[in-house]
Parts: sequence; C-alpha cells; structure tokens
Amino acid sequence: MANSAIASAAHETAELVARSSYGRLLAFLAARTRDVAGAEDALAEAFASALQSWPVDGVPDNPDAWLLTVARRRQTDAIRRRQTRTAGEAHIELMMDELNQAAANADAIADRRLALMFACAHPAIEPGMRAPLILQTILGLTASAIAAAFLIPPATMGQRLVRAKARIKEAGVPFAVPERADLADRLDAVLEAIYAAYAKGWTEIGDSTADRLADEAIWLGRLVVSLLPEEPEAKGMLALMLYTEARRQARRDAEGSYVPLQEQDIARWDLGQIDSAEVLLHAANRGGPTGRYQIEAAIQSAHCARRLGNTSNWPSIVALYDALLHLTQSPVVALNRAAVLAETAGADAALACLDGLAGDRRMADYQPYWAAKGHLAARAGRRADAHAALTLAMGLATDDAVRRYLAQQIRQLQDG
Amino acid sequence: MKFMLLIHGNEQAMMEATKTDAAGMSPEYAAFNQALIKAGAMLAGERLRPTTTAASVRVRNGATEVLDGPYAETREQFGGFYIIEAADFDAAMDWAQQCPAAHFGTIEVRPVVQG
Repeated sequence: MANSAIASAAHETAELVARSSYGRLLAFLAARTRDVAGAEDALAEAFASALQSWPVDGVPDNPDAWLLTVARRRQTDAIRRRQTRTAGEAHIELMMDELNQAAANADAIADRRLALMFACAHPAIEPGMRAPLILQTILGLTASAIAAAFLIPPATMGQRLVRAKARIKEAGVPFAVPERADLADRLDAVLEAIYAAYAKGWTEIGDSTADRLADEAIWLGRLVVSLLPEEPEAKGMLALMLYTEARRQARRDAEGSYVPLQEQDIARWDLGQIDSAEVLLHAANRGGPTGRYQIEAAIQSAHCARRLGNTSNWPSIVALYDALLHLTQSPVVALNRAAVLAETAGADAALACLDGLAGDRRMADYQPYWAAKGHLAARAGRRADAHAALTLAMGLATDDAVRRYLAQQIRQLQDG
Repeated sequence: MKFMLLIHGNEQAMMEATKTDAAGMSPEYAAFNQALIKAGAMLAGERLRPTTTAASVRVRNGATEVLDGPYAETREQFGGFYIIEAADFDAAMDWAQQCPAAHFGTIEVRPVVQG
C-alpha cells in the first residue's frame, strides 16, 4: 500500500473509533477522577498521537486499548504534576492498575457512559446545559456545533460547558447510576436532555447542524435503551423520536412547502421506522407504568394509524392528551389537546380551551400557540381573529417554509 | 435587558426582492413587527434608505471631510435596526432568528449599555 493510502486508512480508523468509542473512553477516563475536562484533554491528545503514529506503525489490533493507554498516561502525568506534594500516590496506583487491566484486555474497558450521562443530567447541573454536556461528552461534538443548534454564540457555549464540567468536579457530582429509589426521577432528567437535543433537531429541515442533531439524539436514545433495557420510559422516548422522525421528509412537498400532519403523503413516511417505534412502544407498555414519553408515543402511534387505512381515532387521541395534561400540567400539552379537541368537539370548543391559556405570558411569543389559534379561528369563521393570530404566527416563525404556508393561509382568509 | 438587532445585508438584492405593501413593508416584516409588539418586546425599529443616499462625515486635525456613502467597503450594508426588550441574550437571539432578514442577511445582536 502506498504511504498515503496507509495514512488515509489510519485516519479513517481514527475517525471510526472516535465516533463509536469516544463516549466510552471519556466515561472510563473521567469516572474515577470526575475531571471531565481533564479527561477530554487527555483523550484529545491520544487521538492526536494516533493520527501521527498509526499511519507510520499501522493501526493497532485494539485501537480502543491503545488510545486508552496513551490517554491514561497523559492523565496520570497531569495528576502527578498537580499532586506532587499531596498524598495522591495511592490514587494514581489504583488508576494505573485499572489502566493496565484495560489495556491488556479491551473487554475490561467498562462501559460507564450511563454513569457519565447521569452525572451530566445531575440536579447540580443547570437544566439548560444538560443536553449540551451530554452531546459533548458522549458524542464528542464540538462546542461550536452545539452552539449553532442551541442558538448561542460559540464562545458563550464554550464557557458554559467549561463551567458545567467544573461544577461536576467541584460539587462532587457522582459518576454512578442512581439507586433504584431515585432512578425514575433521575432518569427523567437524562431523557429530558436527550429529547431536548432531538427537539432542537426536529424544527430544522435540511443538512443543518440542528438537523443532524436529531440523528445524534436518536443514537443516544438507543444507547440508553440498550444500557437500561428494563426502563419503559427510555423505550417510550425512543419510540416517540422514531415516530416523529419517520415523518420528517413528509413535512415538505416537492416544492419545499410546509405540509401539515393531516395532509402528509403517507408514501413519504418511513414505515420501517414506524414499525420499530411500534415494537418499542408495545414493549414499554408491557414493562411498567405509563409515563409521559409512553403517552406521547401512543399519541404519535394514533396519528400514524392513517398508514393502515384507518382514520385518526380522535376520541382516543383526546383521551391520551387528557392523561398527559393530568401528568404534566404543561401549557404546551394543553395547547395540543385543544387543537385535537377541534376534531371531536368543534373549533369553538377548542378556542374556548385556548382562552384558558391566553393569560399565560409564555404564550405571547410561542409560535405554535398563535398558529393553532389562527387555524381554529379560521375554521370557526372568525376571520378577524384568525387574521391577527396567523399574522403573529408568521412573525414568530423561523422556518421559511412555515412562513410561506402561513402567508398563504392569510391570503386565503382574505380571498375566501 | 435592552438589545439592538443590527440588520446587515446586500441592499441591492434586498431592494430588488422586497415586495412591499402600502406602508412600504413586506408582509414578513409586518408580521415580525406585530409579533414583537404583542410580546411587549418592541422598543424601536427603523429601515434605512440605501447607502447611495448616505454621506459620512469626520473631522481630522480640525478639517472636516465629507464622503459619499458609508465609510467601509463591504458586501453587506447596514440597512436597519430594532431595539428590543428581552429577558436575556438567549431570548434576544431567538428574536434575531425570527427576523426576516436572518434568511438572506446577517443580524448582529448587541446588548445596549444601561446605567
């Protein structure tokens, strides 16, 4: 093989290892020290030396163990430098033992990603930073990629990530899967963070950072399900993501215009993804209590019933929203419930439900609220209300396709 | 907190592309303005005439110089602004993303110094 071919093969291997093992190696390195930033530095140096030496010496039989050995050496050097005058030797010895074991046998590299995720979603970490932290530590995404998806300047996102990692270390956040009694609550925070990442990716269409984020969130969802196979809510959340992901392409027509759910072309739904979601949802419902994600997934399942030639079962969707509203008390759920209620009780009844939300300050600049209000008012024949609400919805939209769709709805209102 | 959204864009393309209503505003901008007002975020906002109508003035060593147009040679021109009230920088960034010009120009988000 020519040198350049070897080099590029080594480069490819390094990238492949980075994708599949980054989180595993980082979790392993950070677990004992709780120093995430230090572990990241060590791992980055290990990847850098891999890119230097693999093209020359060939790719090692066990790239994970190789990277871990190098990273661990850097890490222990760094700790030694800091702890020369303190009693750190016992600690270093313990780490070296573990390192030697892991380097000798790749199977000894325990998978501590779940513990790392629980640390990232710990109550001591600011809720808004939990998803970015998981994306960086488990997937190795850069601060600037995460910043773009979360609409935060890259330097600010970088600072916030640094602060969050310092907090893990200083506040003594444990690297452990919580005890059974706390597991449900704490798992909620992990799932919420992953779902927040997915939701960031859902609104975007096209090859943007946020769009790719949806794939990463689904990957994380699968990881949690595989590491916690007994947890029904983890399956429920993965099912929910797959149901919505299955309809991603159908949200735009050939001209790139927005298509609402009820008008989507079923042929453009990804039926394989829907089937996977159904299997997961059934497994989740068998396995235990019904939580937020299972109910939301069940709602999506009902919406997808159209692919089997059935019409959407609106009364049962309303009933599911009732259960969800009872569970979450969320104004967003109340909004979605009202939109669905229009199908069973009529647009006026649905609008009456929305009036209950009108006083909520969070609704003032919440685009879906004004879009729903506008559509319902149009159906109820209240043209002036519909015009005002659709105009606000258009002003709050960030997506050009949605904006064009709303502009067209407003024109129809004026013509019709 | 007060923020200024500075709208930069290619004014030639903007003038050619903008469909305007009677008030000289595209429906997208009218909707964005309504949304800002409804949310209580709108403090001020103006669209500027193109740089061909502008002049730049400076006094150096006691001598006054007047130049045509804007000072800098750039592909994007400063074309308008909003001053908005937002809870924090993140909220101001959300508004910037909703500004119609974000799709073809650049919105600079700057916190306003307040005493």
